[in-house]
Amino acid sequence: MTAPAILPARSAADRLTGLFWRKPNLLLILLITPPLLWLGLVYVGSLAALLLQSFYSIDEFSGVVKEEFTLKTYAELFRAQNLDIILRTLLMSAAVTLACAILAFPIAYYAARYAKGRWKAAFYLGVMLPLWSSYLVKVYAWKLILAKEGILSWATDATGTGFLISGLLAIPGLGGSSLSTSYIGTFLVFTYVWLPYMILPMQASLERVPASMLEASADLGATRSQTLRTVVLPLALPGIIAGSIFTFSLTMGDYIIPQIVGNSARFIGLAVYQQQGTAGNIPLAAAFAVVPIVIMVIYLMLAKRAGAFDAL
Amino acid sequence: MLSDRAPWTLRAAALGGLLFLHLPILLIFLYAFTTEERTYQFPPPGLTTQWFAVAWNREDIWPPLWLSLKVAAIATLLAMILGTLVAAAMARAKFFGREQISLLIILPIALPGIITGMSLRSAFAVMDIPFSIWTIMLGHATFCIVIVYNNAVARFRRLSGGILEASADLGANAFQTFRHILLPNLGSALLAGGMLAFALSFDEVIVTTFTAGSGTDAKTLPIWMLDELIRPRQRPVTNVVAILVFAATFFPILAAYYLTRGGGETAGGGK
Amino acid sequence: MTAAVEFRAVSRHFGPIRAVDGVDLTIAEGSFFAMLGPSGSGKTTCLRLISGFEKPTGGVIRIFGEDVSNTPPHLRNVNTVFQDYALFPHMNVRDNVAYGLMVKGTPRARRYAQANEMLALVKLDAYGDRKPAQLSGGQRQRVALARALVNEPRVLLLDEPLGALDLKLREAMQDELKSLQKRLGITFVFVTHDQNEALSMADSLAVFNQGRIAQIGTPQDIYDRPATRFVADFVGSSNVLPPDLTRALGGPAQWASLRPEATRLAATGAITGTVTALRYLGSATRVVLTAQGPGFTGTEIAALVPTGQPLPAEGQTTAIAFDPAALHLMEAP
Repeated sequence: MTAPAILPARSAADRLTGLFWRKPNLLLILLITPPLLWLGLVYVGSLAALLLQSFYSIDEFSGVVKEEFTLKTYAELFRAQNLDIILRTLLMSAAVTLACAILAFPIAYYAARYAKGRWKAAFYLGVMLPLWSSYLVKVYAWKLILAKEGILSWATDATGTGFLISGLLAIPGLGGSSLSTSYIGTFLVFTYVWLPYMILPMQASLERVPASMLEASADLGATRSQTLRTVVLPLALPGIIAGSIFTFSLTMGDYIIPQIVGNSARFIGLAVYQQQGTAGNIPLAAAFAVVPIVIMVIYLMLAKRAGAFDAL
Repeated sequence: MLSDRAPWTLRAAALGGLLFLHLPILLIFLYAFTTEERTYQFPPPGLTTQWFAVAWNREDIWPPLWLSLKVAAIATLLAMILGTLVAAAMARAKFFGREQISLLIILPIALPGIITGMSLRSAFAVMDIPFSIWTIMLGHATFCIVIVYNNAVARFRRLSGGILEASADLGANAFQTFRHILLPNLGSALLAGGMLAFALSFDEVIVTTFTAGSGTDAKTLPIWMLDELIRPRQRPVTNVVAILVFAATFFPILAAYYLTRGGGETAGGGK
Repeated sequence: MTAAVEFRAVSRHFGPIRAVDGVDLTIAEGSFFAMLGPSGSGKTTCLRLISGFEKPTGGVIRIFGEDVSNTPPHLRNVNTVFQDYALFPHMNVRDNVAYGLMVKGTPRARRYAQANEMLALVKLDAYGDRKPAQLSGGQRQRVALARALVNEPRVLLLDEPLGALDLKLREAMQDELKSLQKRLGITFVFVTHDQNEALSMADSLAVFNQGRIAQIGTPQDIYDRPATRFVADFVGSSNVLPPDLTRALGGPAQWASLRPEATRLAATGAITGTVTALRYLGSATRVVLTAQGPGFTGTEIAALVPTGQPLPAEGQTTAIAFDPAALHLMEAP
């Protein structure tokens, strides 16, 4: 008795598999519903709640949130002290982005163009590990470094360059009584912590520059720096923009670093935290939180136009 | 004319940059051994290992540590399940809304932590949900999904699609194919994703401060550290804890890297 | 006797693309059947329709008389040797081969015994403990074969299995496959774009063109009596004579095919022309003549001159003679 051409289904699993074969969309729906439900409810729902809260307002006398639609809370953002906060945050974000771009370039360029084999892996790990290392530990490390009695002062005293530090601290508006309580200190820590986020996309887009193009440029008589300016930089631009998205967005949203290394001046992140905590003014906190979203959306749209997403 | 040797200025700048990235962390290790407990004096006046014992005995360190471990474990588990499910769906055929879902998955980690944190906080306010370990875990699981997803989907793509068909051809139903073929080949990528998710959750502080509330039993280890940084007590003890936090994130990352090396996708590239 | 595989008006459309367009097919039990055609002609899709990895948008497919429209691949008693072998990288060779038995619940001792037997059949019995990554291409192919055959399928499907092998290995495998099929008596369905392979191995074959079958028959049928111009072109490099030339040679105004090896060069003959190319093939030389004559000037005719016989020079005028029976009339392409 020869075997049949169609084997019998031996179990429910067999029959279920048959069902998935007949209706492949069924499997797809089963797979994607739980995560989609979670992300939709938990995340998108929360974003909606945030937006909703920003249109509520708080009653100044009772401290209770009035759940009626109003633009009063957004109007509060335009008060001088709040505008100050927003502006300060924007400036710091821009400065940090610029510094990261400049510092990241040699590393990214070297790793993309010249590092081969084991060195490439070493560079990769060398950037990955700080990237994933504990955020707080990194910030803490800088608190140690910048402390008045810490290693930086020791090093500048030992080399007689202490005047540089005092000079920096004397700059009005940026300096302060010590590095760890000044904008400069905050700026340094931001740059340090976000640097890997700039290096990676930059390296990715620099790796896409074919070596043949650089050779052609040299062939046509350009010097190294000319090649750098006219060929490499424009081609690396998408990577730079992609990295800047990270550094800008992360700086705008951070409120821990200014608390630990910096004076008590407020940034958006800190304003959000304080308003929703001790002040209980959740609507204002929400309104503040919407500001970075709007800025980043505009930034992302401009970046997409400039072709940055090819580097991601 | 274009040589393969970089100009020494470039090499110096590149290596200098790398050192700049790594040196500060080494200082943390150094300061865990200093005898000076009230300032960050450099060079340290003396070296001692006493602070490790002090940290072990301090009562306010253990509860946050357990809480961090619990949250990280639950968040990682949830992220692994949800992340793998959605990776399985996305790695297959194209379907309507695929790109949008891709964006949705990445959003929790693409938007600054303060937005995620404040959003969840708003939701809790609107729905009157009290703070608890579950509110912390809710936030953590959400941004950990993308970590597992990245690793899973990259491995899915590397899988020769033929072996899944071959398994069915040889008579295996979907569950047998999942158990005998898919899981063994996906395994190390999932493990790597899980480790990265664990490290991320263990270390996370910004979203946590919004979702933990102010109770003393709501402190995760990073929040404990944050309090110590703002109002320091025994500074070297903070350093000892810093080393612990660093190790709890460093070793999973390294393990994840080795687990997924050898392919086009390497763990961590998707942060 | 029930046919092993039967297609009735089977179609597989992807929107506007008709990968398979109204195919009728009967494969006899125990035969070595080849599906031949250029890439995109629908032959691989037809194979996947048999194994179940594609579902038809129209028509009925029967395997040994049973309609498989509702049967998923894992319940069809049909196994495939995939083009890239698709061996499971995390299992050793023996586990790979025993896989089909394992998922059906065969106890370990028996399935390993059967796997070892099958490995011996494909001459890989010493390799049971190796991993696929440690094998050469030819060895992997044989493992894929063993893995499929150990399940004693009623039909074995082979998707261009010899494509990745070099010539010598390929020829050796062709012999092995042929003798294996004869020994086991299982129906083999073999997809290839290499017409030499199809002609030398198949008991019968189907030539595919743009989702349809251009001709089915024995290799001799297809080679000597191509039904359409496409088949004549694709299978062997035939001379395709336009209707005017056929009429000038005394036949009706139809397309005709004439095999180069059925012709010989002579001082005078049916077609006169100038030699425009000489191509040395080793065992013979292909001589291309540009014909001269009313209505067919410019047509290129090729003749095959066995090595050892005198060759004309390029530019020389000579003629081609042939047995009129070798001229085969065809339908329009």
